[in-house]
Amino acid sequence: MAKQPAKPSSAAKKTARAADDTDFSLHSLQDAFEAKKRYAASDAEMMEFYRQMLLIRRFEEKAGQLYGLGLIGGFCHLYIGQEAVAIGLQSALDNDRDSVITGYRDHGHMLAYGIDPKVIMAELTGREAGISKGKGGSMHMFSTEHKFYGGHGIVGAQVALGGGLALAHQYNEDGGICLAYFGDGAANQGQVYETFNMAALWKLPIVFVVEDNQYAMGTATKRSSAETAFYRRGTAFRIPGMEVNGMDVLEVRAAAEVAFAHVRAGNGPVLMECNTYRYRGHSMSDPAKYRTREEVQEQRDHHDPIPARPRTN
Amino acid sequence: MAIELKMPALSPTMEQGTLAKWLKAEGDRIEPGDIIAEIETDKATMEFEAIDEGVLSKIVIAAGTEDVAVGTVIALIEGEGEEENPSRVSAQAETSGNNAQPTEPPAVAGAHSAKPAPAPATAAKDPAIPEGTNFISTTVREALRDAMAEEMRSDPRVFVMGEEVAEYQGAYKVTQGLLAEFGPKRVIDTPITEYGFAGIGTGAAMGGLRPIVEFMTFNFAMQAIDHIINSAAKTNYMSGGQMRCPIVFRGPNGAASRVGAQHSQNYGPWYASVPGLIVIAPFDAADAKGLMKAAIRCEDPVVFLENELVYGRSFDVPDMDDYVLPIGKARIMREGKDVTIVSYSIGVGMALEAAQTLADEGIDAEVIDLRTLRPLDKQAVLTSLAKTNRLIIAEEGWPTCSIASEVISICMEEGFDHLDAPVLRVCNEDVPLPYAANLEKLALIDAARIAEAARKVCYK
Repeated sequence: MAKQPAKPSSAAKKTARAADDTDFSLHSLQDAFEAKKRYAASDAEMMEFYRQMLLIRRFEEKAGQLYGLGLIGGFCHLYIGQEAVAIGLQSALDNDRDSVITGYRDHGHMLAYGIDPKVIMAELTGREAGISKGKGGSMHMFSTEHKFYGGHGIVGAQVALGGGLALAHQYNEDGGICLAYFGDGAANQGQVYETFNMAALWKLPIVFVVEDNQYAMGTATKRSSAETAFYRRGTAFRIPGMEVNGMDVLEVRAAAEVAFAHVRAGNGPVLMECNTYRYRGHSMSDPAKYRTREEVQEQRDHHDPIPARPRTN
Repeated sequence: MAIELKMPALSPTMEQGTLAKWLKAEGDRIEPGDIIAEIETDKATMEFEAIDEGVLSKIVIAAGTEDVAVGTVIALIEGEGEEENPSRVSAQAETSGNNAQPTEPPAVAGAHSAKPAPAPATAAKDPAIPEGTNFISTTVREALRDAMAEEMRSDPRVFVMGEEVAEYQGAYKVTQGLLAEFGPKRVIDTPITEYGFAGIGTGAAMGGLRPIVEFMTFNFAMQAIDHIINSAAKTNYMSGGQMRCPIVFRGPNGAASRVGAQHSQNYGPWYASVPGLIVIAPFDAADAKGLMKAAIRCEDPVVFLENELVYGRSFDVPDMDDYVLPIGKARIMREGKDVTIVSYSIGVGMALEAAQTLADEGIDAEVIDLRTLRPLDKQAVLTSLAKTNRLIIAEEGWPTCSIASEVISICMEEGFDHLDAPVLRVCNEDVPLPYAANLEKLALIDAARIAEAARKVCYK
């Protein structure tokens, strides 16, 4: 029986890869990130991260409570469990230049900007004092003053719109970048890949962030996605990917520094996957029967981004 | 026997073209696949390929001849050892040239080949044009391009994106010359990815730019309709007035010529039903220019519906530095007292033609071009109805849930006391548009059907 040809060693593969990577590396950003995986925050910065994440947590808990009381209506998607993603990323932005866009789970991203919680809560309760004068609601909030462009209710639409914001940065030569968030569910929308293609083709200054909270509504990623390592999904468009622990604000911040520097230097888009977990249902009306209590408790006990006592740096 | 080479139709709507250049001379041997001539249409220069073999025995239409009708014999090919027949050639030659008639009806002569009636002397003047203004004959295609170019010159935020808009000069040549003047930063070729680039355009508008997004045709915009409606149209309202979206989505709409059901549809009623959108569907070149400029300056998203069959038609356009028309104002194309014909886009030409026919029969029809479908100029409709007491709507589109339905509602709700007859709609047949020329003709509106409806409401 003929011996099977030996598989190429990983070293050989690496050499072959390097040869193909003269002007492009799918891995260079991840390598840079791995080299310094946690951001060295000062005590003041740590305190600020903690304050902001706790604000989101408490705001969302209150929103959930008000929904139960009938004071918030319609769809209401809470950010509890995912706080480290928005804070880690947005703390690294240049707020004078950069723009942010996200989907309907948007309360946390607004609070991360320091937008007054009162105008957000007033919007959730459908009041004229709300940031959208009560006409938008939970899913449709904007603050052009902060360059926060929503708050979009159609799954995946914000990715193409974010591509447009990035095009505007490039067109105006303002040095800004766009941060476009979407979920693991939106990651299966066709327009996401249409946008990847044009963003890479035109070298648009955009960071695509997949907030992988493991479930698209009630469907686990492994039941919906042939490739659940979402950071790999830019490969076909030559977009470098990064895989980040989205439950650790310092890791997210460290990854943000690498990605933003790459994009701001005119190298085109980056695709970052932040692995995270939402403790609540998809929306307030979701009983979350598709996962066990134990699974959620395990995340809370061992991976919570807001530990009772800060983990050692 | 000689094989006749006829002027080819090189696009679904081509009716004539220029024989730019012969690449073979009389006496040359021709093989199938040889390029024998170059033919210029209003859209492009095309190569004319031989499908027969033999010897090019006679060039009937000389190089450089303009306006050669499709179907005209342009050359003869003789098989081996055949003699040309001089009498036959000269007979053909007499009918060639500038006023050549096709030897048989061209395949493209569908329901829309009729030219609009000349503008009647009684046409109401647009108030914006000062007395003494010169008018320049311009095609709708050129008028649209001129409008975009003028706005791009005056506002650096304005740019054009879409499939084939730059290097190809536009699939229908509407963006011709823009790349050369404004460069690739402002005239952007996109991949074939309507949903994606409509989203990118909309996002760019949210980010402060003023994109003009061309759809090769609005049929393809169905892939992108989510961004037009959910992202562009609703944002201003949903954001409590914080975020505007100044974008123009433009391209040809409605039936072209024999391109079948998936490429022949009028989206006017679809978009006109959406609050937050402005929907414009002009007929002639002056309106196309003045309204395109207004659309580009508009702070709200505009769906600008053009018509492929009208692109090549010429109309007088006022020679003014900055000809901008108001959005939401209808135009009285022809004044009359007996019956009102309301229409828009290509239907206006047919309505004017019908009005001419009716005039010969003693019925004095008023023709109103809505020009903007949303907001619709109710007052113009109702004022005309109050004058004529009879109204019909001519719409190149399906009857159900149409602009015609909307106009009928307006007449019922707000003009009932002025009606002397039921309001009738003249629309396409309620079927997907067929391909066969005879069936297509039967399915689309025409001047005869409009005239017939007008007679009916006049009880004549």
